Amino acid sequence: MAVNLELTQEKFQELDDYVDALPETKGELIKVLHKAQNIFEYLPKEVQIHVAKKLKVSTAKVFGVVTFYSFFTMEPKGEYDINVCLGTACYVRGAEKIAEAFSKELGISVGETSADGKFSITGLRCIGACGLAPVVTIGEKTYGRLTADMVKDILKDYK
Amino acid sequence: MANEKMHVLVCGGTGCLSAEGEEIITNLKSQIAEAGLDTEVAVLKTGCFGFCEKGPIVKILPDNTFYVRVTPEDTEEIVKEHLIKGRKVERLLYVDPDKNEAISDSKKMDFYKKQMRIALRNCGFIDPANIDEYIARDGYMALGKAVTDMTPDTVIQEVKDSGLRGRGGGGFPTGLKWQFAKSYDADQKYVICNADEGDPGAFMDRSILEGDPHSVIEAMAICGYAIGATIGRVYIRAEYPLAIKRLQYAIDEARNYGLLGEDILGSGFEFDIELTLGAGAFVCGEETALIHSMEGKRGEPTTKPPFPAESGYWGKPTNVNNVETFANIPVILLKGADWFSSIGTEKSTGTKVFALAGKINNVGLIEVPMGTTLREVIYDIGGGIKDGKKFKAVQTGGPSGGCLTEKDLDTPIDFDNLIAKGSMMGSGGMIVVDEESCMPAMAKFYLEFTEEESCGKCTPCRIGTKRLSELLELVCNGKAEMRHLDELKRLSRVIKDTSLCGLGQTAPNPILSTMEAFWDEYIAHVKDKTCPAGECSNLIKYVINDNCIGCTVCAKVCPVECIEGERKQMHLIDQDECIKCGACYEKCKFEAIDKK
Repeated sequence: MAVNLELTQEKFQELDDYVDALPETKGELIKVLHKAQNIFEYLPKEVQIHVAKKLKVSTAKVFGVVTFYSFFTMEPKGEYDINVCLGTACYVRGAEKIAEAFSKELGISVGETSADGKFSITGLRCIGACGLAPVVTIGEKTYGRLTADMVKDILKDYK
Repeated sequence: MANEKMHVLVCGGTGCLSAEGEEIITNLKSQIAEAGLDTEVAVLKTGCFGFCEKGPIVKILPDNTFYVRVTPEDTEEIVKEHLIKGRKVERLLYVDPDKNEAISDSKKMDFYKKQMRIALRNCGFIDPANIDEYIARDGYMALGKAVTDMTPDTVIQEVKDSGLRGRGGGGFPTGLKWQFAKSYDADQKYVICNADEGDPGAFMDRSILEGDPHSVIEAMAICGYAIGATIGRVYIRAEYPLAIKRLQYAIDEARNYGLLGEDILGSGFEFDIELTLGAGAFVCGEETALIHSMEGKRGEPTTKPPFPAESGYWGKPTNVNNVETFANIPVILLKGADWFSSIGTEKSTGTKVFALAGKINNVGLIEVPMGTTLREVIYDIGGGIKDGKKFKAVQTGGPSGGCLTEKDLDTPIDFDNLIAKGSMMGSGGMIVVDEESCMPAMAKFYLEFTEEESCGKCTPCRIGTKRLSELLELVCNGKAEMRHLDELKRLSRVIKDTSLCGLGQTAPNPILSTMEAFWDEYIAHVKDKTCPAGECSNLIKYVINDNCIGCTVCAKVCPVECIEGERKQMHLIDQDECIKCGACYEKCKFEAIDKK
């Protein structure tokens, strides 16, 4: 399942239809950006400019909001986004070592995407599964109570 | 619950579901149907039981049998043995670590014995996706009572008399907040539920929304009635997909039952709720920042006054409460303020939910009366420290809080005692650390968090937290001098005094409180260039001792080839070349490498 990152006309149309169906656009910038990221997978400059025009707000405002919130990303994530929980409970149980192990295996740091677009590593702030700490999620799958030497085996499923 | 004789409750909280909980439910349902028991046994996906450490959990009613760490492969045995033959599956029962005996009835487990569940009353008991189950446990009775038998003023008086204080961290009296919001006249007012639980390690709000969403919906409607608002909004983290789904479903159900919408219960009172998704910003837990974020802006706080009660969402009077606070409201109205205020301590009434995490045996969600001591929470309920290690400290209040140590173990926990001890209640996260955790490194972890989450609006917080985390970096790398510690203290005070909102004002707390309690550890890093806990990798030394038999494994795994020695001879690590990766330490089978 390769992620389609093209900025196609259909995608822009889908976003426009969504905005047009909103009863009110005042104050709904974040809602629209959630939808946009859902459609495009990320929020590149072109999408931000489009949203600004559509909602009749300045591009600076859109950019300001996109960069403020950690949920929004201007870089596309990998096909498999490895989410390492870096919340306190996971930290105390060794999450940093897990993140390091993934970095070492994939040759990318937290926040980066591999050159082939296959993997990215994202550091998360507490997903609330503290009973499973340290926790990593990849897509729908959750890996709990991890140790650094389990990392290689986990990646085998995705390579 | 319907007419079935037995109920199999499976935890449907995020923690258990991510550990194959969904598969357990599917298996149970199909195996029960296969056995022809589906008219007698019902399988329910409930909210969080709280005992996350041993999840996934399956509980069987009426006998309260409590199965832990269940896997999808275990379901067949549960169905065949327990449900058909009536024999408990011994190997899945919880084993009391002290007495080393299996306990089958959850009511007899130490973890539950000392708890008192008000906010979590329905979590783990009902199917959150079935409004009838909530109603069967007195759900929406409080709303009915409020809109038919009480005036807005008597509702507010009842909440005031109960002594309920905001559970999100501030501890402001809830009734007073409602009174302020009511006192302003406006054509539109708003009730906002703050479900932007950003405190790492705290997950009580998520569990309530996942396990008992109607309690929050009911309380918001009651609040709307009391302050004169017709619109409610829940600001919820986008990172909580399950909670969003369950809450939205519950809102739709409540609408269908006429418990939301126009003319609720024939009283003429109108109220409805919508969801607003957050986008990940810790500062949005602050109410003015939250309101800006709801308006589609950057979540930056503004100075108070004006308080949201006067000018909040779109400039209208707005009342903001957190999830756990709301969850207490229906019970207060039903059982009365006197009952509620009889629980807890004089100035902190009721109960508090805590999320136990870190190096503790029973990670999970617990609810205890205010005034319970830390010792009871950590040892009696939490089961003590993992792997028999020594208790070092517990961090409360998350990145805004501080740490409590051995000497504070017998302090009754309430809002004021924790502040007096240099920490705070916060939203109720409790992270337990043992002797292997380095306190300056822990402070650094929190400061990196606040540095990243600082919204950037005011200078003391934006630049100050950056400087603090740089100074801590020096400490942890062994490059700091004594003057840097003075600088840390001085700067911490300045940031506390001059920041605009709670985030900056509390950001230095982890530093000040760890300095206060663990000054020796800071000194060790600065003067002796050692890390007593052995966590700061730059300050660790790996040294080979006499146990070495010369097996050469360490020399082979060393990535920088700095270990020398002949076969069957003692090896030596070149300290100048060593990058302290610890690979040799982990691989050595003879305990021949010391970490100093």
